[in-house]
Amino acid sequence: MENENTVIRVRDLVKKFGQFVADDHLSFDVYKGEIFGFLGANGAGKTTAIRMLCGLLEPTSGELTVAGLDGFKQREAIKRRIGYMSQKFSLYEDLTVNENIRLFAGIYGIPTHIRKEKTEELLEKLELGSARKKLVRDLPLGWKQKLAFSLAIIHDPSIVFLDEPSGGVDPVTRRRFWDLIYEAAHEGITVFVTTHYMDEAEYCHRVAIMSAGKIVALDTPKALKKEWDATSMDGVFLKLARSNE
Amino acid sequence: MISAENIEKSYGEVKALRGVSLEVKEGELFGLIGPDGAGKTSLIRILVTLLKPDKGSATVNQLDVVDDFRKLRKQIGYMPGRFSLYPDLSVEENMTFFATVFGTTIEENYHLVKDIYQQIEPFKERLAGRLSGGMKQKLALSCALIHAPKVLVLDEPTTGVDAVSRKEFWEMLKRLQKMGITILVSTPYMDEANLCDRVALIQDGNILTINTPERVTQNHESILWAVRSDNMYLCIRDLRKHPGVKTVFGFGEFLHITLRDNTISPTALEKYLKERCHTNIAINPIEPGIEDVFMDLMQKHDN
Repeated sequence: MENENTVIRVRDLVKKFGQFVADDHLSFDVYKGEIFGFLGANGAGKTTAIRMLCGLLEPTSGELTVAGLDGFKQREAIKRRIGYMSQKFSLYEDLTVNENIRLFAGIYGIPTHIRKEKTEELLEKLELGSARKKLVRDLPLGWKQKLAFSLAIIHDPSIVFLDEPSGGVDPVTRRRFWDLIYEAAHEGITVFVTTHYMDEAEYCHRVAIMSAGKIVALDTPKALKKEWDATSMDGVFLKLARSNE
Repeated sequence: MISAENIEKSYGEVKALRGVSLEVKEGELFGLIGPDGAGKTSLIRILVTLLKPDKGSATVNQLDVVDDFRKLRKQIGYMPGRFSLYPDLSVEENMTFFATVFGTTIEENYHLVKDIYQQIEPFKERLAGRLSGGMKQKLALSCALIHAPKVLVLDEPTTGVDAVSRKEFWEMLKRLQKMGITILVSTPYMDEANLCDRVALIQDGNILTINTPERVTQNHESILWAVRSDNMYLCIRDLRKHPGVKTVFGFGEFLHITLRDNTISPTALEKYLKERCHTNIAINPIEPGIEDVFMDLMQKHDN
């Protein structure tokens, strides 16, 4: 299936490092406003694939279009059209909330005259107004995640990549974070997310599972569970991630 | 085997533990379950004699964690959350080092670690710093076991580890339990609760409940409903606007909701959603899981 709503188009995408094939003929589409989960054991080739989709790594062969841009020739332009957030790297801990917002708005090229308005809007939405002068390192983890996500989409990108975004927080905070993700998707931003939490995979509209450089399954969580006769995505993952060893 | 009573611990203004009590029985696999910042590491560090409590007391195998710490350390195997072996020593050198420190040898207790150590033995010449994540974990566990401890304490051994390796790690713990070792393990993954004999749910320095995983979920008070419709985002929004709906949380393909004093019937709720143009609506009662209970207890505690 392919249509005008395709935001990421991948065909026979290969990445080799010397003799080692990290990604072996990947093919899939991701649609506008979709929450797309990308799972795989450590070393399955997820990170390499994401780095190509973000324009950080040139593919070896195949076809790649991200937000209408070519993944071989227009990698710089891709970087400006996407947002990225990971748990390991997102905010500057030794800057205040305000300073982080200014920094990211600047990096993503938000024009100066609307920057102030955007900042106020964001602080209000996140209920962070009273903490604006606080150092990010002093914020609870849940607040940091919400701020990091909001900054990753401050430039209204077509796609946001979330690399293991919500580990470690309590279940209530985690769900508030997913509320934000649902909201962004509802507003038309495509969300591409990797996670080790299999229950989070169930929040995604569709899920791709990688094993040993290949995509071994791609469908809705419901269909995957049915196909693999499992009651949870954890069950599906355990069957698939081991099937290729 | 482990007994903690009213333990308090603060770091300056921050209260990490606010009066924590628990008992772990001999031979038990006991889980300490809670998010980052709940107090898991502080409690564990007190129990393994690396940190002194401000108030309260604790014993492990009848030895006091403050007064008898030297004796106690010989009986506890501890695997901290961060990789804490010597990265510039080889696999085998790390093992020999830890065995020597405790006055034993690898050979003497090889039977205890055999299962786990055999998997990394082919790489015994390799520097520990150059091992993959999974192999580092196996080495750390081998080093924590080499002095044949009575109690094994593990601080978040499965955090950041993929689902397959996590499953393997729990299988290793079950085998150690069968060998008679009492195990206390902490984790932020709620779904791992079901792999423990008993669990303590911990949040913000307080223990919310201690019980078997089955009992924990049986004690959930309100009726829980699983709701879905074609547009989950709008479904969340509309449900939250309804005065009869108490809580709404996403749970995979469903929303889990509780109703205020059961004032509204599921049929009425379905009608309400239909009026707001929702399609393919399903509302069914559902058995609560550990996370449902955790969120419920957490919010009760906050009030």
